[in-house]
Amino acid sequence: MSELPTISGDRSLDHEEPLIFEIGRAGKTGVDLPDVKVTDARLGGLHRKGVIGLPGLSEPEVVRHYVRLSRNNYAIDAGLYPLGSCTMKHNPRLNEKMARLPGFADVHPLAPQSAAQGALALISELARWLTTLTGMPAVAMSPKAGAHGELCGILTIRAAVEARGEMRTRVLIPESAHGTNPATAAFAGFTVDEIKATPDGRVDLDSLRSKLGPDVAAFMLTNPNTCGLFERDIVEIAQLVHKAGAYFYCDGANFNAIAGRVRPGDLGVDAMHINLHKTFSTPHGGGGPGAGPVVLSERLAPFAPLPLLLLEKDGIRLVEDKSQAPAAAKPFGRMCAFHGQMGMFVRALSYMLSHGRDGIRQASEDAVLSANYILAGLKDVLHAPFEGPCMHEALFDDESLGVSTLDFAKAMIDEGYHPMTMYFPLVVHGAMLIEPTESESKESLDRFIHVLRAMALEAKAGRKERFEGAPRLAPRRRLDEVAASRKPVLRWKPELPKAAE
Amino acid sequence: MRFLPLTKDDRAAMLARIGVRDVNALFRDVPESAEAPLASFDLPDAKGELEVERILSRFAGRNMAAGDVPSFCGAGAYRHHVPAAVDHLIQRSEFLTSYTPYQPEIAQGTLQYLFEFQTQVALLTGMDVANASLYDGSTATAEAVLMAFRVTKRGKAIFSGGIHPHYAATTETIANLHGRVVRAPVAPGRVADLTAMIDEETACVIVQTPDVFGLIRDLKPVAEAAHAKGALLIAVVTEVVSLGLLEPPGAQGADIVVAEGQSIGNGLNFGGPYLGLFATREKFIRQMPGRLVGETTDAAGKRGYVLTLSTREQHIRRDKATSNICTNSGLCALAFTIHLSLLGEDGLVRLGASNHARASMLADKLVAIRGVSLLTPNFFNEFTLRLPRDAAEVVETLAARGILAGVPASRLMPANSGVRDLLIVAATETNTDEDCAAFAKALAEVLS
Repeated sequence: MSELPTISGDRSLDHEEPLIFEIGRAGKTGVDLPDVKVTDARLGGLHRKGVIGLPGLSEPEVVRHYVRLSRNNYAIDAGLYPLGSCTMKHNPRLNEKMARLPGFADVHPLAPQSAAQGALALISELARWLTTLTGMPAVAMSPKAGAHGELCGILTIRAAVEARGEMRTRVLIPESAHGTNPATAAFAGFTVDEIKATPDGRVDLDSLRSKLGPDVAAFMLTNPNTCGLFERDIVEIAQLVHKAGAYFYCDGANFNAIAGRVRPGDLGVDAMHINLHKTFSTPHGGGGPGAGPVVLSERLAPFAPLPLLLLEKDGIRLVEDKSQAPAAAKPFGRMCAFHGQMGMFVRALSYMLSHGRDGIRQASEDAVLSANYILAGLKDVLHAPFEGPCMHEALFDDESLGVSTLDFAKAMIDEGYHPMTMYFPLVVHGAMLIEPTESESKESLDRFIHVLRAMALEAKAGRKERFEGAPRLAPRRRLDEVAASRKPVLRWKPELPKAAE
Repeated sequence: MRFLPLTKDDRAAMLARIGVRDVNALFRDVPESAEAPLASFDLPDAKGELEVERILSRFAGRNMAAGDVPSFCGAGAYRHHVPAAVDHLIQRSEFLTSYTPYQPEIAQGTLQYLFEFQTQVALLTGMDVANASLYDGSTATAEAVLMAFRVTKRGKAIFSGGIHPHYAATTETIANLHGRVVRAPVAPGRVADLTAMIDEETACVIVQTPDVFGLIRDLKPVAEAAHAKGALLIAVVTEVVSLGLLEPPGAQGADIVVAEGQSIGNGLNFGGPYLGLFATREKFIRQMPGRLVGETTDAAGKRGYVLTLSTREQHIRRDKATSNICTNSGLCALAFTIHLSLLGEDGLVRLGASNHARASMLADKLVAIRGVSLLTPNFFNEFTLRLPRDAAEVVETLAARGILAGVPASRLMPANSGVRDLLIVAATETNTDEDCAAFAKALAEVLS
């Protein structure tokens, strides 16, 4: 039976919502402010002449608008969110409450240091947790996200290489790496050389050996890697890299699989960023903000960027300028204004204190257990390109599936799930990377496995109705991305008034 | 452990289904030498919510919250009143706990607000298009310079002397690997003519307005001088509320406008997370860094939004991408967009005016103190005073009396001995008459 269209165009709880620019009217406001007249005496002749063009809305209209928009989003609070490599784990609400304490949220970054000792102490305590968990002696706290942390790590390496008086221009990266790795290396002025993978999804040591040389500054490796596998030759890899005079950078995006069990410092890593918004659960917020502190080995520590935190007898001192740095410090520069993502630091420390070392280890083990449970539950109906066990994420591909990875993923939307990561890593055809995290109950995992099994069996049986053209039940059907990029419309514009007759 | 749903029995059943004896078998690829026993981590065990709250509150209690005292700190971060509805809305699960909108059919909420955000930023700055946010104003400035290098195929960037020193340092760190950054000398309260520094190799000139000392800068002459040599003008705005009162950079010839968006919707947070705004001309969109949301239609013909032009980005272009950025400042952009929706045209104009009026009133009060002079004849909500003494010492003394008197210029440029007596003072709508009177009284006493 075809659905009878509604008169309103809405469908029960599912409301169509216009843009704020289409709702607003001149003369309305959601904030009551005094009407203060100012003179131009101190504006240097630069008083705004034209209107800005912002719509006016009252508070109830604004609240309704954004509440309605929110209802068109999938979220980890609402369901299993198996995006591989993205670590969509539960976000404890205590962390939100703590970050909003005025003693953190309402502290000015340039308040006198004597008036912000608690903030500096918190950063230093978080630094202690990070260095202890990773077995690394130092950490640069200011990077604002994972890719920013990568950049910080690579610039630290660059500074160390230059301090040795060497010219090293290449960075080696496995072909399975996150796109940010090659982008970062190029951003930092290096050329990128790809390292091949073995048939079992790991770094090909022969390929690595053949590419290492006196012009290689660093090898960047994600471990566990993007196929969800632990690089079992990691110690040998580190030795090879070091023997060639290069530094070993580890992309810590997947640290959540091993935190509390394995210390990257014990593996020979020289630098690793930690995504606080993944492993330590600061919320993703629809794409940020994150935080990407970088732990550093003894050899790299002197080159860490400003600002530096020094523990002195009468308190903690923040060094914000080269001219104030201790003689041994050779900071390569500065990653951003001020001192990093304090709001994320509070949330991450709240997470760590809540879990403790035992809870962090248990969370890693549960994440790995859950991923392997999914692998075991699906591998007879979805093709797994690599032999298990996997770490915190299970990788499948589209071999003999009968429908494309895209169609399969979109059909998951109709089943009430957010799709897994699609078409990444690039080393596998039609990749489907599933990361359940430690936050799912066994019942939730069982149901997910049940649904995906049934879908895979239908696809393989050639019953494609469910897949072609999916999703059918989401707030939108499949969106035309080609048209969007061919003629980009990146902002609302008022409709031109019709010419007078 | 309250965050972990698996029971001991669940774990046993799952291990049995996998076909291994214990969880260690799943870690069999980890070299034995790399396994660290739990006891080897010198860290405490799990704690209940109440205990964690106590510990963190103690850290918070050792800081001076700006709202608890008369506070006049600015220099790139400003305290404004954020309506209660903003924080309530951004904490809705569907916004707070969603990822980057890779599956647009179930992320229209995020995509539509980002489209609205891009529009608001373009309108505010007077530019054609804006992206979906960068980390903060300083990294946005660095990205703008790299974009100017790409657009002009030149490699020299000139900073005016009024740039926030953290912004210049952030930009130099990355841009010096791709070209050369030159800084004009610092001249507090004055506008130096940069024309002589601009040549055929210059990719861009970067001017902050109001500048780090609070001075409002007329961008038109420098835009003309830059364009005459084929260079771009990058305008930097660290106090975005100023755009409610002042002529936008887009109307003054800027080719790229970057800004710190913290002032609208976001708290001080001791420096982060903040919100990088990035706007430019239509002709440069394919050279822009960061994510972009575009309008399109779905299979049923309904209007919808998607991430677009991603061939510029790292996950597609890898080492040829325009930037390495992935995670940005999504939730801060949401806070910005909700606050700005609440303000609307009238609200933002009133907010701008009340900030300027507040700062003007305070400046009048402070320059009446003997030995204090005003260096910035024009300003928005921030100005620079010359004190008869070392400004950092004055700030420390006043902090001990419970007043955050502003930012001493020496905090930002400690190696510059010429600015030791300069104090950068900001006043916003949050400063009461009593705050201003208390500040003036205390400053007069300290200086007498």
